[in-house]
Amino acid sequence: MTRNRAIVLARIGVVAGAVVLVEVLCRLGVINPLTLVAPSRMVFDLAGILASGDINRDIAYTATTIATALVLSVVLGIVLGVAVHALPRVRRALDPLLASYYSVPSFIFYPLFVAIFGLNTFPLIVLGMAFAVPAMMMSTMAGLDRIPRVLLKTARVHRLNRWETATRIVLPSATPYLFTGLKLAIAYAFIGVIAGEFIMASAGLGHSIAFAYEGFDNHTMYALMLFVLVVVTVMNMSLHAWEGRLMRRRIRA
Amino acid sequence: MSAALSADVRPARKPREGAFDGVIILVVVLALWQGVHLYAGESAIASPLATLTFLAEFLRTPVFWGHFGATMAAFGYAVAISSVLGVVLGLVLGVRRFAGDVAEPILAGLYSIPKVTLYPMILLIFGLGMSAKVAFGVIHGVVPIVLFTMNAVKNVSPVLLRTARAMRLSQPETIRTVLAPAVLPEMITGLRVGFSLTLLGVLIGEMFASQRGLGFLIVNGINLHNVRMTTGMIVAVIAFALIANGLLLSLDRRFGRTPGGGSRAA
Repeated sequence: MTRNRAIVLARIGVVAGAVVLVEVLCRLGVINPLTLVAPSRMVFDLAGILASGDINRDIAYTATTIATALVLSVVLGIVLGVAVHALPRVRRALDPLLASYYSVPSFIFYPLFVAIFGLNTFPLIVLGMAFAVPAMMMSTMAGLDRIPRVLLKTARVHRLNRWETATRIVLPSATPYLFTGLKLAIAYAFIGVIAGEFIMASAGLGHSIAFAYEGFDNHTMYALMLFVLVVVTVMNMSLHAWEGRLMRRRIRA
Repeated sequence: MSAALSADVRPARKPREGAFDGVIILVVVLALWQGVHLYAGESAIASPLATLTFLAEFLRTPVFWGHFGATMAAFGYAVAISSVLGVVLGLVLGVRRFAGDVAEPILAGLYSIPKVTLYPMILLIFGLGMSAKVAFGVIHGVVPIVLFTMNAVKNVSPVLLRTARAMRLSQPETIRTVLAPAVLPEMITGLRVGFSLTLLGVLIGEMFASQRGLGFLIVNGINLHNVRMTTGMIVAVIAFALIANGLLLSLDRRFGRTPGGGSRAA
């Protein structure tokens, strides 16, 4: 316990130390303000931008795009995962494709998506899905693979029908893997959508950051970067905590 | 007898089955591509045939090799830096448990943030050009290599480490002769992941702000309505990524299949 506490304290110390170091270097002028804005200034600028409400439309736009991409990816990923899991011959054929899927940088398709669908949210959603669907699909298949045989036999002994087997046996034992898939899908949907907005878009947070960069508006740019990083980090940490709670409940049960 | 026979037949049949599957997948992909082309039209995506004839011509021009060389140079530097940095940091953090436990969630957090948002900062620090692309590739590729190497070191059997201590090896010696060979298989997996992410980082860098490289050609093709260029360069990048990944996968399998093979060699 004391070791755990020491680790947490050291971790906070490392992060806080890094922030303070950057702050001091910025204040002393070692780091040029044209290169990096002091962290305290970023927070101040961000508070100003959020209070003025200038950025609300872009936040809403990006959030809607990410949410749409995420929901579609999770549903499609699970459906595809279950379907491919049920067809071993197809799965064997797809295996090499899935194994090398993430070695291809999917962003390169984004200009094509824009050319095909036009410059709106649609290519962004497709790009987010191109990133997130295979992760969700592979996690689903991994979860289905690892259902203990005994449980399925038990289901047959109890004469559970398909629906009961799915809800009482399959779903609970595949949950940890589905959760891993969900975590990846969230991270990937964020990366895909924001990167797409960054490269080519007419609205959204990624676009605002790129726009501020091109206009040499460092204060807005760093404030928005901070916003994105804080949102993503808070979300990852809460997902991590939620997963830990689920795991503990499983162990107790 | 029949068991021996089937055992003999199996490995001979499998590659043919794999090749058959590969052909089917290729045909499906080409059909989908043609379908999208017919649906979206000539101005959005070039047909497979047009793209391949364009590629066959363009690959013979020095223009392509100039841009290809620019991407490869940035990618090469980025891979070299992230591999060395990642492996060294991973080994150190794996050996020093406390530092490793402190660093792991921080690294995992860095791994899942959308690093694209950091690109303007990289550009402001390094300026437009090669070094920014390399730096951006490195920040994508280095974290997974550190994480994989660190976890591999943590999972090394304690017996090996106790043996090293019994033999009074110094820490550098332990790392070189015991740890490095033992963690080689997982390290190669980490390098493969890092390799792909580094390529992604370099290409995003080229797509956002660059005047050279394959990523630039892809975006420039869209801006100039040169659809064949965009489609062709996408195919070229995919081909490169798949070939490189295939090589690394086979390396991965060779070391993964004979656990301890590395340590025997050492």
